[in-house]
Amino acid sequence: MKYIDEFQDPALARRLLDEIRATVTRPWALMEVCGGQTHSIIRHGLDQLLPDEVELIHGPGCPVCVTPLEVIDKALEIASRPDVIFCSFGDMLRVPGTGRDLFQVRGEGGDVRVVYSPLDALRIAQQNPDREVVFFGIGFETTAPPNAMTVHQARRHGVKNFSMLVSHVRVPPAIEAIMSSPSCRVQGFLAAGHVCSVMGMGEYPELAERFRVPIVVTGFEPLDILEGVRRTVAQLERGEHTVDNAYARAVRPEGNPAARAMLEDVFEVTDRAWRGIGVIPDSGWRLSPKYRDHDAEHRFSVEGIRTEEPAECRSGEVLQGLLKPHECAAFGTLCTPRTPLGATMVSSEGACAAYYLYRRLDVPAATAREASPVV
Amino acid sequence: MSDLDLTSWTCPAPLRDRPRVVMGHGGGGALSAELVQQIFAPAFGGEVLAQMGDAAVLSLGGARLAFSTDSYVVRPLFFPGGSIGDLAVNGTVNDLAMSGARAAYLSCGFILEEGVELETVTRVAEALGAAARTAGVEVATGDTKVVESGHGDGIYVNTAGIGVVPAGVDLRPQRVVPGDVVIVSGAIGVHGVAVMSVREGLEFGVEIESDCAALGGLVDTMLAVTPDLHVLRDPTRGGLAASLNEIAAASGAGVVVRERDVPVPPAVANACAILGLDPMYIANEGKLVAFVPREHADAVLDAMRAHPLGADSAIIGEAVEAHPGMVVARTGLGGTRVVDLPLGEQLPRIC
Repeated sequence: MKYIDEFQDPALARRLLDEIRATVTRPWALMEVCGGQTHSIIRHGLDQLLPDEVELIHGPGCPVCVTPLEVIDKALEIASRPDVIFCSFGDMLRVPGTGRDLFQVRGEGGDVRVVYSPLDALRIAQQNPDREVVFFGIGFETTAPPNAMTVHQARRHGVKNFSMLVSHVRVPPAIEAIMSSPSCRVQGFLAAGHVCSVMGMGEYPELAERFRVPIVVTGFEPLDILEGVRRTVAQLERGEHTVDNAYARAVRPEGNPAARAMLEDVFEVTDRAWRGIGVIPDSGWRLSPKYRDHDAEHRFSVEGIRTEEPAECRSGEVLQGLLKPHECAAFGTLCTPRTPLGATMVSSEGACAAYYLYRRLDVPAATAREASPVV
Repeated sequence: MSDLDLTSWTCPAPLRDRPRVVMGHGGGGALSAELVQQIFAPAFGGEVLAQMGDAAVLSLGGARLAFSTDSYVVRPLFFPGGSIGDLAVNGTVNDLAMSGARAAYLSCGFILEEGVELETVTRVAEALGAAARTAGVEVATGDTKVVESGHGDGIYVNTAGIGVVPAGVDLRPQRVVPGDVVIVSGAIGVHGVAVMSVREGLEFGVEIESDCAALGGLVDTMLAVTPDLHVLRDPTRGGLAASLNEIAAASGAGVVVRERDVPVPPAVANACAILGLDPMYIANEGKLVAFVPREHADAVLDAMRAHPLGADSAIIGEAVEAHPGMVVARTGLGGTRVVDLPLGEQLPRIC
């Protein structure tokens, strides 16, 4: 854990910033894919320190933000049932569904529990054989392996009262969707290091080549991100577009074969809706037929849910890098962490929440005037 | 940035948007404040309550008394470095100390859940008694209630306390002026991480013990240097961030914190990094934050460092004229960020 200090060293940061300044000759727009990177960038003020030519665009990599409203409404429906213990990671509890969130379900008497591992949910199921225990399985390639392992264990040990509401998403199809958009401004990607630590880098060369865009695998500490920016800008200035690993201490090119094998056993690729963006082909995972007994959507009748997104929320454009959070008229007025319109304002890794929490002083006054209170 | 109307950033939605109480209403953040301001304060009325300090300062029989109450619902009842008994004494003693008063007497109310072992009750009572003796305060009156099994969480404890505020001492956020120096009495985030480590069964490689302690003696030491301290707060629920925001909001001053100067033990920093939490928002039970006139700051800091409970005291920032009512951190790398009042509870992130 000494790494935390080492990767926040101000002297090294200055050196990297100097090098970026010396390299850059014209404007470049880079997208950090992961919400954890967005959070780190804003929390440490990295975007303030980078030269004006380097624009960081915040990508769709917040798993809480992109979980579709329909799935959250299904979670709320299931969690409200008296025979159910609904388990979730903490940051999903405040994400608004249609009209309420999991905290409110708990306030109304629902048995909603925060767990730190899906295996904790499995243990709760073993300890409560007369209750149905449901785990909310969301996230990218990072959280998918332990969730897959948990379903595998449930089947192996015959824990029949355990099921999972699955809404996993995959990064490479999202990159493809973003680059395919006619309005895309992204010229380089800081790929999410922890995703690659599981999946490896094999999915990226084809994307880098097809869209002629450099992809640099990047970590999450401030120096990791500056190094990722340095390498991406260097490629852009040279006119290159290769896949580069700037997070070698955690990422091997082949990823984690054991985790990938577990994913292949438990999940199958499916089309998946991303909140605010829409359906992206092959961008998600669902439980494979072998594990259908543990699929909460099959176990509980939650079909026919009608969803309703707030019309004012533009988080979809934020997630695609088309809009900066403070450029939304509802930002900081109709939409705050206290009363979020969309998930990007709820999740601690959401771009809107990061701007609201850390960057209100820097929002241009003109924007603030446009965003005058409506009530 | 200069002509930004900061008042427009407040949330327009009323509290009653949420028809029921959620856990965040007890988290010491914005939801807690709304509960008090929108329901309790209007219902109770009264000028003293409107002070909204950790303790109320009352004039009674020619003396200035500090009066405070708090309820303790911590789980588990025993944790590394303390127990609910220690907390029930130290929490109320510290609330009084933040008004400059040495606690004199406490009341103690126990709410016991049917089925709790008497041995557990005994251990909590003994811990409470020992903490009271250490703090130099006497438990003068008490009450016991029992609720049916399943209607409590083992043991809840409420304490109330009174003490005398010394002449010449006037600790209020309204006294904070730009130029005041912000001092914390030691490492932050320790208690919250210690409790989390046992409650959630998390292990962080090293055992983290709560900093639970009574701060009356440390405050006496500071007041001996000068009675002209401007405000003290013990940053419990909501952590340092909540205390600084309360002071900034009540005083109208801006507050700047130099992040690198905030003492965060490596074990706390590591635990927070793993869980995606910010040490500034984690609860403390044996620390205080002081706003001190600049001319007294060095002497107060020296006195604090000479006291066992203030050995790691540090100057972490100052009150400023810029961004009134807001707390801003200078990051270790040279950027800035707003440190907001927490909404409710901090939530561990997904990945």
